[in-house]
Amino acid sequence: MSMVQALNSAMDVMMGRDDKVVVFGEDVGYFGGVFRCTEGLQRKYGTDRAFDTPIAEAGILATAVGMGVYGLRPVVEIQFADYIYPATDQLISSAARLRYRSAGEFTAPITVRTPCGGGIFGGQTHSQSPEAIFTHVCGLKTVIPSNPYDAKGLLISAIEDDDPVIFLEPKRLYNGPFNGHHDQPVTPWTEHPSGEVPDGHYTVPLSTASVVRAGEDVTVLTYGTMVHVALAAVAESGVDAEVVDLRTLVPIDIDTIVASVTKTGRCVIVHEATRTSGFGAELSALVQENCFYSLEAPIVRVTGWDTPYPHSLEWEYFPGPRRVAEGLRKAMGG
Amino acid sequence: MKNTVPLQLHVPEPSARPGQPPDFSWVKLPAAGSVTRPDIGAEPAAIREHAFALIRVLDDNGNAVGPWDPRLDPETLRRGLRAMMLTRAYDNRMFRAQRQGKTSFYMPCTGEEAIGVAQAMALDDRDMTFPTYRQQGLLIARGWPLVDMMNQVYSNSHDRLKGRQMPIMYSSKEAGFFSIAGNLATHFPQAVGWAMASAIRHDDRIAAGWIGEGATAEGDFHHALTFASVYRAPVILNIVNNQYAISSFQGIAGGEHATFAARGLGYGLPSLRVDGNDFLAVHAVTSWAADRARSNLGPTVIELLTYRASAHSTSDDPSKYRPADEASQWPLGDPIARLRAHLVALGAWSNEQHAQLAAEVDGAVRDAQREAESYGTMGVGEHHSPATMFEDVFKEMPWHLRRQRQELGF
Repeated sequence: MSMVQALNSAMDVMMGRDDKVVVFGEDVGYFGGVFRCTEGLQRKYGTDRAFDTPIAEAGILATAVGMGVYGLRPVVEIQFADYIYPATDQLISSAARLRYRSAGEFTAPITVRTPCGGGIFGGQTHSQSPEAIFTHVCGLKTVIPSNPYDAKGLLISAIEDDDPVIFLEPKRLYNGPFNGHHDQPVTPWTEHPSGEVPDGHYTVPLSTASVVRAGEDVTVLTYGTMVHVALAAVAESGVDAEVVDLRTLVPIDIDTIVASVTKTGRCVIVHEATRTSGFGAELSALVQENCFYSLEAPIVRVTGWDTPYPHSLEWEYFPGPRRVAEGLRKAMGG
Repeated sequence: MKNTVPLQLHVPEPSARPGQPPDFSWVKLPAAGSVTRPDIGAEPAAIREHAFALIRVLDDNGNAVGPWDPRLDPETLRRGLRAMMLTRAYDNRMFRAQRQGKTSFYMPCTGEEAIGVAQAMALDDRDMTFPTYRQQGLLIARGWPLVDMMNQVYSNSHDRLKGRQMPIMYSSKEAGFFSIAGNLATHFPQAVGWAMASAIRHDDRIAAGWIGEGATAEGDFHHALTFASVYRAPVILNIVNNQYAISSFQGIAGGEHATFAARGLGYGLPSLRVDGNDFLAVHAVTSWAADRARSNLGPTVIELLTYRASAHSTSDDPSKYRPADEASQWPLGDPIARLRAHLVALGAWSNEQHAQLAAEVDGAVRDAQREAESYGTMGVGEHHSPATMFEDVFKEMPWHLRRQRQELGF
């Protein structure tokens, strides 16, 4: 399955198992979403379980909160992560804090799916990676898969979770494991082991990182599209790096991070989002707090630049394999 | 064309400021009973004038007149009067408790009691309410214990919200009373979402939301109306126009050029404007809207015209921005006095009964306060352990919160 099909399958499975699961968002009903992730759900489950909404992200989130309070389990799509900002008051002030402010009386078990990241010439309004905005909010879980198998298992976990989950979908990975070599064709997921996705119900637990490549010399902490970019950079640089796909950013799997960095003594953090106050800053602090006496070199960050995502200069902005390889060499002291 | 004069910005000003005589000449009062009562199935377009009218039932002599008279029996009216008086007595005592240093903050609903109370009585107890911080009357009319409310105001050891929320930000799932939000208007479209869920589940419960006229300027107000209209959600969307958003008069929220009810018209929603200090009228329009919602006819917008007789909160001083005697000049009077006059006009109430009831509600509040204070007041007596601060952020406490709790020493 492609990642699109895997996400579709996750929603299909959950809508079939739990009639409290409802799916809605802009263009998600009859049409099946601009990226086709919800295709067929309305036909199968009816218009009152999968439907189109007005173009009002705050309204989408607000009604999802109200439905959560009622007892439903809404799965909403924000068409692009860049469009989520109008909904942040509902996310931050309501969804994330409802359990706390009502001491558990009211909850918002919502999953917010939204495509993130660049690589499709989307310019500054269709390319952003706003994960750090959400990881800074107490009460939200933030998840970002890097392949179809994880995407389905994590999405099912997110829907079953009783807390609100921001589920970021790297749109450049929807159809294949893009590794940053934009001038080369991308292998489709059907020819990738992670494209083998079971039809039925399974979960990938939240808050568990995955070591996608074992290595001895340096730890790469990354997630989303950058997992594949890091793997390419490791292969091309010849550095024996251990690549950790974090998968969930909050609550984070600290044990896997500590075990890896303690073993390798070096750490490179890679994300597509802008650098300043990016999630890499939190990762760097965590590594420093927990692994200081194992570190043999300063922590290196490879990230998007602190600029808006430029349209025609996309590949100068994108932290591709060359920059990640440079980061690896820097961490190795070269 | 060329400009003939320089452009000028219009900043609305109220009719009177401190030191000036109150001026409510702009409040147009149609005679009680003069507004028609349409069928609940009426097309919104056919009843547009109701958004500019003012539905009133009680006339100046305390008589119920016209088609909106809900014809409530005296026993129901007396229950309503008691709940309003209990609300006022509760407010007075809690306002004083703040002045005595027993809590950090309080917000009374003085003058607006008919809204929470009559609407709670017109709704089914199973209907879900999404109130603002000035509808404590809903909880009181639903019989929720005053002690529990006071425990919250005092953030004491029995506060179910564990001292996390500012005073008056009650929450009661059991009473169908949604957790109060300090971020204004956020709950309004949430009420619509709840109502949509009820419709998705083919339930028989409806939702009601309240918002101040000031917060209708928030985007969330418009999201609520859009979604309610699009999905024909079984929800009542109440706008409490109490003239003030802290110090800003209703003109700053856009009330100079149209009524707040009229905002519903652009969304194709039936919109009623009602005398918010008229217990019977408030009850009647709420029942009308509830019947519509229960009949799958969708949402109704109601503007409740009232006056915030007290300060915005204990942190506010209205003498700085409005005439001191404005409240006494408010042309719609006081909701308690008006319902009392009606009961007297019916021959169902006497001065002795009223004095007795006033003493009874005062006693009830006093007893509740004594009990609540035995569980502590803000900063005095037993309280929730600081360890509880880390609970309920997530359903299960993750490692980083456990570690922070240990850092704090728990």
